[in-house]
Amino acid sequence: MSLELLLFGFLALVTCGGALAVVITPNVVRMAFWLIVSLGGVSGLYFLLGADFVGATQLLIYVGGTVVLLIFGVMLTATGPYVRMEISKFEKVITGFIGLGLFGVLCSAAVATDWSPAITAPGDSVYAQGDTTRPLGLKLLGIGNVPGGETGIGFLLPFEIVSIHLLVVLIAAAYLARAKRRSEPGDD
Amino acid sequence: MLNAYLFVGAALFACGILCMMTKRNGIGVLMGVELVLNAAGVNFVAFSRYTDLGLDGQVAALFIIVLAAAEAAVALAIALNFYNNHLTIDIDRADELKG
Repeated sequence: MSLELLLFGFLALVTCGGALAVVITPNVVRMAFWLIVSLGGVSGLYFLLGADFVGATQLLIYVGGTVVLLIFGVMLTATGPYVRMEISKFEKVITGFIGLGLFGVLCSAAVATDWSPAITAPGDSVYAQGDTTRPLGLKLLGIGNVPGGETGIGFLLPFEIVSIHLLVVLIAAAYLARAKRRSEPGDD
Repeated sequence: MLNAYLFVGAALFACGILCMMTKRNGIGVLMGVELVLNAAGVNFVAFSRYTDLGLDGQVAALFIIVLAAAEAAVALAIALNFYNNHLTIDIDRADELKG
């Protein structure tokens, strides 16, 4: 059994187990913890796939940023200690079956599809060994020759759209979440 | 090996959909959305490694991460606003627009 297979098994177990725990746990704070475990497993999978920059970004933005944002949300919207937000047993059983069915359909689709037309070059891709930061940067800007023989168009326009989108989203979020002043009748 | 990664993606996706269906807490639903987006990211990077998709898959995964961060910020602002108005975050109570 190779080391890669062993690592993949461990990381897949962490990722899927964390995701399953997110579904099962009723407590929101524990859900956030299990989400961190699952997303960390996903970043490990990215590293295993040789996508080192994407894995680091996943760790920085998702695990370090988004989950912290979610935990802030949990703290700011605390419900009373005796408020239970649960669905009924019957609904749980139904959704369990739906989830199993969905998983089965997706897996059978993955198995039944012949992926060989998508693989023209035998073996692994050029970037299997990592070191993708510089190629990714050149690819995003669409300038110069990307190391590793990657050809094709760059992603400058989506990159700019995403940048503007982030700015707009942050302003909108600050506007939506601002503390409201009570408007007195009479002052306008 | 590609299929193994696709199975992980499928498991993440199913868990995310289940989380969106079963949670009545708004933040919990948001966590389900994060899981679904991560499933898409895993699939993109796996295809970038094992097929000749090349770097494009990794670029798509980067865009997914950025958009997920933006989505989390806006959804959290909406959740805070809802909490300010209703003093709860139970999404079953968000039925004021129901006809």
